[in-house]
Amino acid sequence: MSPCARWKRSRKLSESAASISSLPPAPESGLVRWINQWGSAVIDGITTVGDMAIFTWQMLRWLFTRLPCRGTVLINFYQVGALSLPVVALTGTFIGMVLAVQSYAQFHAIGLDSRLGAVINSTLVKELGPVLAATMLAGRVGSAMAAVLGTMRVTEQIDALTAMGADPIHYLVVPRFLACILLIPSLTIMADFMGIVGGYFYSVIILGIDHAAYLNHSREGVTGFDLFSGIFKSIFFGAIIAVMSCYRGFNCEAGAEGVGKAATTAFVYSFVLILAIDLFLTIVLNSIYYTLYPNGTSFL
Amino acid sequence: MNAAAEAKDKVTEAHDAGGPLIEVRRLSVTFDNNEVLKDVSVSIDRGQTVAIIGESGCGKTVFMKTLVGLVKPDKGSVVFDGRPLNEMGLKELTQTRRRFGFVFQNAALFDSMSVFDNVAFPLRQSEVVSETDVRDRVLRHLAEVGLPRDVTRKRPAELSGGMRKRVGLARALVLRPEVVVYDEPTTGLDPIMSDVINELILDTRRRYPVTSVVVTHDMHTARKVADRVLMFYPRSRLEANESQILYDGPPSELEHAEDRRVRQFVHGEAGERINEMIEGFGS
Repeated sequence: MSPCARWKRSRKLSESAASISSLPPAPESGLVRWINQWGSAVIDGITTVGDMAIFTWQMLRWLFTRLPCRGTVLINFYQVGALSLPVVALTGTFIGMVLAVQSYAQFHAIGLDSRLGAVINSTLVKELGPVLAATMLAGRVGSAMAAVLGTMRVTEQIDALTAMGADPIHYLVVPRFLACILLIPSLTIMADFMGIVGGYFYSVIILGIDHAAYLNHSREGVTGFDLFSGIFKSIFFGAIIAVMSCYRGFNCEAGAEGVGKAATTAFVYSFVLILAIDLFLTIVLNSIYYTLYPNGTSFL
Repeated sequence: MNAAAEAKDKVTEAHDAGGPLIEVRRLSVTFDNNEVLKDVSVSIDRGQTVAIIGESGCGKTVFMKTLVGLVKPDKGSVVFDGRPLNEMGLKELTQTRRRFGFVFQNAALFDSMSVFDNVAFPLRQSEVVSETDVRDRVLRHLAEVGLPRDVTRKRPAELSGGMRKRVGLARALVLRPEVVVYDEPTTGLDPIMSDVINELILDTRRRYPVTSVVVTHDMHTARKVADRVLMFYPRSRLEANESQILYDGPPSELEHAEDRRVRQFVHGEAGERINEMIEGFGS
């Protein structure tokens, strides 16, 4: 949202406040204050959702009319993809090993040690891989995007872009959005792969579970649809990270504190939305799975 | 004849060539229930250099941003070369903005780019210039603002405040705009560098037939570069029927302005303002 849109919004709110204030003053009870506070929070929330929808619409319009130049896109691809790869691989390995550590005691107690592979790998491929890659991307790339764009807003660089006849959404947001949605599937695959390697290493090498049984159960427990659903969900997570981070950066408040707040809220809101969308998509994808394969199993 | 007088003569010639380039009609802008501009009408002729002075918070920067459509007014309109900005579609507005050169207060250079790429940015956006021409024009404009070739590879963060302002000026001029808008061009600079910037503003007028709007609270800049001065006053401290523009005339007459508030500003005297502030703080 441009600052003028933000100011316009505040103006509208002030105008409605002014018309209310022209009524005869009523004694302000605790209840009235409470209603006022909640009312204002609800109006703010609805306005933010509306602003974000307009912001996303403007970005999508550019996406389908004119793509940014190759140089701008490639820099973002490098920062989002190549630079995120090591950290996603590392965290993927650890989460695979942690899953093995946590699940082993329960499975060992009922004598199903070799089934560990199915549990670890299907959890990774369906849930933890995509969510972990998205979390790392939101933390590493999303916060940085919000901070960079926020600094550009505060130092009038976004105004300068507009003044020079460039559209800031086309120039700054579209390449970041493209990088996030196109590269998050690769990062998810990397998190899945390293998680599987980590889980295998801990289960077979450290815990001494039978290698062949572990692999057999892994194959049985993970279907092609599981892999697809994880990667499919990750595209939505990438879109959430890009839109939320760029939106928070564009609407950054003045000063260093404003930039810090933009970076923090970009991560927090992205993460909450990722988990909410994850739940929704998992339910939808599971329904599709049961429709396609009525006798199939599901871990939901 | 000194440089300022020469430049002003050229302005008079350019002025005779056409009518007003920018017309601001009954402009009102309000932020957060705070009326920043109300019923402001100004007409700026081609080739004129107008300095807008006034204390902080009087709305001069908002006025300037409204000229290029960076801020949308609540009421009133800005007419550029006969076309109201609010009636323009995105494409026409973009093309109109390219007829402006905007020098931001802190230069607003893109941190992620080198000096060369910063100055080349408007040219590359316009997509009508070959890369060889881009190089020639960038180097020529950097030379015009007195910057050596070796700064082209540097990042904006490596430059001093004065150099950043000069790069900002080169970037604003590279598309050969019809209007150059300067936001506080000398704020934060030492007296010598401030005068260098003033000379560059005059030099720009000599080289190109530009119309200039200089927002400043530096009286030395206003006197040196402008042939017309507008003084804005904060809306909140005016009576309902008072105009927000307290002075509109040549810089030479500022000293003899009828309004006491104009003379106070020109001489930098706080007067009763200090008491108002102390009372405001007390309450």
